[in-house]
Amino acid sequence: MAYLVAGVLFVLSLSGLSRQETAKRGNIFGIIGMTIAIAATLLSGITNFVWLIPLMVVGAFIGMVLAKRVEMTSMPQLVAMLHSFVGLAAVLVGLASYLKQDYGADDKMVHEIEILLGVFIGGVTFTGSIIAFGKLRGSIGSKPLLLPGRHLANAVMVVACIWPLSVQFIGAEGTGGLTALIIVTVISFVLGVHLIMAIGGADMPVVVSMLNSYSGWAAAASGFMLDNDLLIITGALVGSSGAILSYIMCRAMNRSLANVIFGGFGTSAGATPAGGEEQGTVTETTAEEVADMMNDAGSVVFVPGYGMAVAQAQHVIHEISETLRGKGVEVRFAIHPVAGRLPGHMNVLLAEARVPYDIVFEMDEVNEDLPETDLVVVVGANDIVNPSALEDTNSPIAGMPVIEAWNARTVVALKRSMAAGYSGVENPLYFRENTRMLFGDAKETLTAVSENLG
Amino acid sequence: MLIGIPREIAAGEHRVAAAPENVAKFIKLGFEVAVEADAGQAAKFSNALYEEVGATVFSAADVWAKADIILKIRPPQDNEVELAREGATLISLIQPAQNGDLLERLAKRRVNAIAMDAVPRISRAQSMDALSSMANIAGYRAMVEAAGEFGRFFTGQITAAGRVPPARVLVIGAGVAGLSAIGTAVKLGAIVRAFDTRPAVKDEVMSMGAEFLELEFEEDGTGEGGYAKVMSKEFIEAEMKLFAEQAAEVDIIVTTAMIPGKKSPILITQEMVRSMKDGSVIVDLAAEGGGNCELTRPNEKVVEHGVTILGYTDLPSRLPTQSSTLYGNNLVKLLGLFGGGDEFKFDFEDEVVRGATVVRDGEITWPPPQTANPSPPPKPKPAAVQPQEAEEAKGGSSLSGILLSLACLALLALGWKSSSQFLDQLTVFTLSCFVGYMVVWNVTPALHTPLMSVTNAISGIIVIGGMLFISSGDQAVTILSGVAVLIATINVAGGFLVTQRMLKMFRK
Repeated sequence: MAYLVAGVLFVLSLSGLSRQETAKRGNIFGIIGMTIAIAATLLSGITNFVWLIPLMVVGAFIGMVLAKRVEMTSMPQLVAMLHSFVGLAAVLVGLASYLKQDYGADDKMVHEIEILLGVFIGGVTFTGSIIAFGKLRGSIGSKPLLLPGRHLANAVMVVACIWPLSVQFIGAEGTGGLTALIIVTVISFVLGVHLIMAIGGADMPVVVSMLNSYSGWAAAASGFMLDNDLLIITGALVGSSGAILSYIMCRAMNRSLANVIFGGFGTSAGATPAGGEEQGTVTETTAEEVADMMNDAGSVVFVPGYGMAVAQAQHVIHEISETLRGKGVEVRFAIHPVAGRLPGHMNVLLAEARVPYDIVFEMDEVNEDLPETDLVVVVGANDIVNPSALEDTNSPIAGMPVIEAWNARTVVALKRSMAAGYSGVENPLYFRENTRMLFGDAKETLTAVSENLG
Repeated sequence: MLIGIPREIAAGEHRVAAAPENVAKFIKLGFEVAVEADAGQAAKFSNALYEEVGATVFSAADVWAKADIILKIRPPQDNEVELAREGATLISLIQPAQNGDLLERLAKRRVNAIAMDAVPRISRAQSMDALSSMANIAGYRAMVEAAGEFGRFFTGQITAAGRVPPARVLVIGAGVAGLSAIGTAVKLGAIVRAFDTRPAVKDEVMSMGAEFLELEFEEDGTGEGGYAKVMSKEFIEAEMKLFAEQAAEVDIIVTTAMIPGKKSPILITQEMVRSMKDGSVIVDLAAEGGGNCELTRPNEKVVEHGVTILGYTDLPSRLPTQSSTLYGNNLVKLLGLFGGGDEFKFDFEDEVVRGATVVRDGEITWPPPQTANPSPPPKPKPAAVQPQEAEEAKGGSSLSGILLSLACLALLALGWKSSSQFLDQLTVFTLSCFVGYMVVWNVTPALHTPLMSVTNAISGIIVIGGMLFISSGDQAVTILSGVAVLIATINVAGGFLVTQRMLKMFRK
């Protein structure tokens, strides 16, 4: 019964997150649900407290330290790391369950299939998340690693797990299938690494939410294997949540999930990046001029991208926006769904800088107003403001919904250099007549702008 | 009935009471029209144009002596009253409040008088409201005069020769003249701010493309008849502070704060003028009442502290063709209301006729008896719309709410009865997926990161799996599940805490 209450509390927790006003309450529901679930489990005939309690205390302590220390810009890394923990835990619980053989002979086969699934999904989640963590942190290059015949390799690994390994495992007496199970585990680890290595940095929002989904399914599989309804409910909740997020992200890039997962962006298209002949002259500007433009504008829209996170420029942007708002300039922020490396990443960074959330808008809310906007400031974003997505049908990113910055009267783009964006597509926005480029580290240039605002 | 249109004799007055196109309409209403020779010359209407539409050209003496109705713009001056024949009707701006003796002279001479500036300001009479038409023109012309004196572009440009910042314009008072000035300045490309004591005009100001400056002060300045009322001392102090701040920033100030029949309030002090940039321009539309700027000299252009201050009171006359035509239009509508040429009469039952008539049959009929004439604040309208929308929204979310709670109930019921049967578990699983699907679609994209960290935390529920096995006697199992418990707890604690931290940062 306690488990059911906890399950309902988890549902309430997620539904609380639908709006900023109720979000904190939602989180508290989640905490209460978790406390009830753990307390109920503790009271259900556990004897080995000597081990359990210290482990939990240490775990909780580590978790708290992590949560306190983490920079908002490194939120994606933290999330990826936490995913890997869930995956590993699922693998361990699966192994333990098998070793203990705590199920009767009559439903042995069902259980063993469940164990296999739990371990496999958990294994992919574990190593996949670790790779994602590494890529997000920058310790592994964000370029996709594309081995020849990688699709075949993936297929072989999956098939091998089904046959002969699973047949051997399920058919074995007692714990005799352990070798097969361990091989499956190892294969799932390799598969996780290989899958995520092939995905590039800018697709990370999809990857992270996909791994979020996997970690949920892993928990659900463990629930089946333990006959634990709460684990099933929770796993399913998390799994579907992650799946929806992945879907939203994919839609925002106008690509299918399969394309992202097996993609290796821009390679299948084979075409050289279009728009080469469109290159024109770039008009450079200075911080003083940008400050003047902001002063003269009636409305300003900031479009932040991953570059803002890298440069940690959110605080100085907030300063600028407050100064401008004080002068009666209408300031808004436009967030593209895949800006950054985590769904909603930009929102969190802006919230950290204390930008009020009611001036932060989604792409669709802002696009129609852009023709009446005086100034759009693009901060470290590239593909999400690329006009060729709409105008050039040959472009690899054709059809991707973008923030139509070029419709504004003037665009200022902050960039470190003229390098192309993640997709390798030249961005004609920078060559438009109404675009001014401000080169340099976003934080430094914006600080200069802020000083000149006076 | 014969309408007479004499030439305006006031010095510098270029307007005439009706343009040829208006005369054509008078004739259609059943009037005959006589125009004094060269009456329309300054407004670029030749005698021939009037004759073309059916008017006769008379000498001045004849117009006054023969006409039943005299149409003028300016109040009659000098001997004009005596020129009119007894029993005739004079229609013009009269300013009855200030010109008491004029009314008496008209009454004594038994000349009926209709004051265009006494037409009640109600919606039905808007088409006859000459003050509004003239104010509209004055506002436009004020900005054009300002542009003439101002040494720079109004619009900001990025040219090959460098960047040009746009001019900044402050308009004080968003009445008809103010709004017209705002519209003109916006069209010229300037950045325009406006201030008014009546909060109700905010939407109008914004719809013209200007910014509405507000004081952090609660007082509604909406007075009767569409004018602003006199404000409290504290309000005026706050207001002056705002003007002082703005003066240092803007290039052009247009003031329109006129209180009918009274001295105009001083809004721009000498100090503020001094703080303005050299080359700035002030156009004082309230110059007739002494001006809103301390340094304004009525009818003059002065340059003080490098700031050009225009106190012209004849702005509509500086656009004579336009203002004559619009004034004539107002007259056409008014004469139509009075019954036209065939049934011209003073119907005092009619609020507009009653209000505009200031002298009838030798009697002064001004001021008209008070009728309650509240200017309805535009607030009730949005208020009436909002609840409806809110209800609709509620309806939508309650439907999905019902579905959601049904699913939750089913989930509970199933879970309650479920044995270890795999089928039951599968049902629980499917239902949970469904619930998750419903719930997560409602999550706003701004909260996707907290959503991920919360789901992360709750997927740490797998800790239960570890806990269940840790008490087993088998050492391998205990170690495996021990590690599982450890890392899952990290997840639970870390996930919830980091979510809490993030959510705390979201603020309005």
